[in-house]
Amino acid sequence: MAPPALRIEGLSAGYGRRRVISDLSLPAIEGGGVTALIGPNAAGKTTLLRSLAGLVPARGSIRLDEVELTRLSVAGHSARVAYMPQALPQRVALTVLEATLSALMSSPDGASDVAEAQSRALRALERLGISDLAMRGLDELSGGQRQLASLAQSIVREPTVLLLDEPTSALDIHHQLRVMQFVRELAEERGIIVVIVLHDIAQAARYATRVVVMKQGAVAADGPPDAAITPAMLADVYKVAARVERCSHGFLQIMVDRALDEAGVQARSVAPPST
Amino acid sequence: MSELSPSSPAHDAELSAYARLVRRRIVLIGALCLLMTAAMLFDIATGPSNLPLSDVLTGILHPGALDAPSRVIIWDVRLPYALMATLVGAALALAGAEMQTILNNPLASPFTLGVSSAASFGAALALVMGLSLPLLPVGWNLPVFAFILAFGSVLLLQMLASLRGTGVETLVLFGIALVFTFNALVALVQFVATQEALQQLVFWSMGSLARATWDKLGVLALVLLATTPFSLAASWRMTALRLGEDRARSFGISVRRLRFLALLRVSLLAATSVAFVGTIGFIGLVAPHIARLLVGEDHRFFLPASMLTGAAIMSLASVASKTLVPGALLPVGIVTALIGVPFFVVLVFSRRERL
Ligand SMILES: Nc1ncnc2c1ncn2[C@@H]1O[C@H](COP(=O)(O)OP(=O)(O)OP(=O)(O)O)[C@@H](O)[C@H]1O
Ligand SMILES: [Mg+2]
Repeated sequence: MAPPALRIEGLSAGYGRRRVISDLSLPAIEGGGVTALIGPNAAGKTTLLRSLAGLVPARGSIRLDEVELTRLSVAGHSARVAYMPQALPQRVALTVLEATLSALMSSPDGASDVAEAQSRALRALERLGISDLAMRGLDELSGGQRQLASLAQSIVREPTVLLLDEPTSALDIHHQLRVMQFVRELAEERGIIVVIVLHDIAQAARYATRVVVMKQGAVAADGPPDAAITPAMLADVYKVAARVERCSHGFLQIMVDRALDEAGVQARSVAPPST
Repeated sequence: MSELSPSSPAHDAELSAYARLVRRRIVLIGALCLLMTAAMLFDIATGPSNLPLSDVLTGILHPGALDAPSRVIIWDVRLPYALMATLVGAALALAGAEMQTILNNPLASPFTLGVSSAASFGAALALVMGLSLPLLPVGWNLPVFAFILAFGSVLLLQMLASLRGTGVETLVLFGIALVFTFNALVALVQFVATQEALQQLVFWSMGSLARATWDKLGVLALVLLATTPFSLAASWRMTALRLGEDRARSFGISVRRLRFLALLRVSLLAATSVAFVGTIGFIGLVAPHIARLLVGEDHRFFLPASMLTGAAIMSLASVASKTLVPGALLPVGIVTALIGVPFFVVLVFSRRERL
């Protein structure tokens, strides 16, 4: 079976009158790999992800194989797409297992059998290494544990398209690597499409098969990590002077030297002190 | 990440831990059922005329075995008041629980969006301005007016909010605007009211079970029977909504529709209760909190637990309203907080860990 492919053409999305993304097109995103979406704050990463999940009204075309997603209802989306929001819920008196269970039981396309759903939910927690948290309340978890619980609510749905908005932002380095490794394995094993928003460029370089860089609602670079992540891109998009080098283990490493101001020259205020 | 097979010991241990949790909740709900029944019997057995519980039970089971005055006390006073307390408590608590979830606000109550202010205005129109509808039986004019205004205000709210798009904040803002509008209108009517009408209106708005009749009980029971199944059917979706609106929508839930239908149920329950017994605050706020502390927010357990807790508190409040001042029947709306607060405080302090 050919892996699924997601095609975005002429996509415009925004909030009310405010357009955040206009006329964005991307070459097909294919299943089996991990696409990292990076870019500075307010570049429109969350907006793009939410419009792929059908949560922001969008014009243009988002096709998953033969299906036009923009024409589907939220229920139609949920059968194919799972989305993990950037923000985590506060003060919820549910256990981790219950929250994961509700991801299946509340859905029009979800499980109807509670026992089977329980097993699936628990397997999702096990795969993330948090089955010991199953009976703990969401409101008594640490920020990172809460983020893992939130990730579980997305992967348990076993979607064709998995959209993750900064799933590792609250995690320690060990868990960051484990989650990225897991996401990569999930994509390869099931042949699903994974789009993941990251702020850590080195991690995007290491675990993603493709990197899409966004800047002000448009695509600034797109390609395999070593093609997309370049000093020129970092200067243009992130306004930093940086070197990109391959370390002795073969990973891309980004060394940021200093911040640049709008014109691209060294900004005085944040420059390292001279000795 | 480690891949465990579905039948690994850890997997089974967690599954049985969850099964134990579910069992514990079912037991808790059973205990609440008993508490509610006990409180209701206590309520039936309490009153200025000293009828022992045994007589009351005889009177209920074999009405012929008692003398006529006792029969009247039991069938026209004790039973309807006690049943009204139970039903109103359950209705307001269910309405409060759903309101807190759909507004994502633990401080919300069935009256947050102006239902009781609108009902007061309806009552004021009927009492003070003497407005009446044709074809209504005696004693129904005021509740029907209160209901029409209460329910109408929620429909208006929905309309305004949907013009502006979805979003809880819009709903709450318009709701608060409605509260102030109706309060001002009530004040205006009060300003022109006669002394006597004014007193009636104040008494009405305090909330009293003394207006209970079998007809009204029947109507409230019907409303509860008509709404509760839908509430329970929506319980997984309501649970998911606790995880956030985006999250719930990404599960395929039409949050807008869920909110609209829940608000419709809430207003039906709250408007009917207010129309029959006046404003009874606090139950709709605190019963869901107690239920949340006891069984968490899985709405399959949370909603029933809220209803049972609300009913029990209301029955105890009714007992207190008959016994606090000997010889007088206080409006029950005044004592609900006096009964509910200690209950609540004890529970908050006795929980070691929060679920
Ligand atoms: N609900 C909203 N209403 C109006 N404007 C919004 C809303 N959400 C985001 N925006 C605007 O859209 C633009 C893009 O925001 P978006 O959240 O997509 O950025 P992002 O790339 O995810 O940023 P970050 O890295 O900070 O998460 C921003 O300018 C923001 O102000
Ligand atoms: Mg974002």
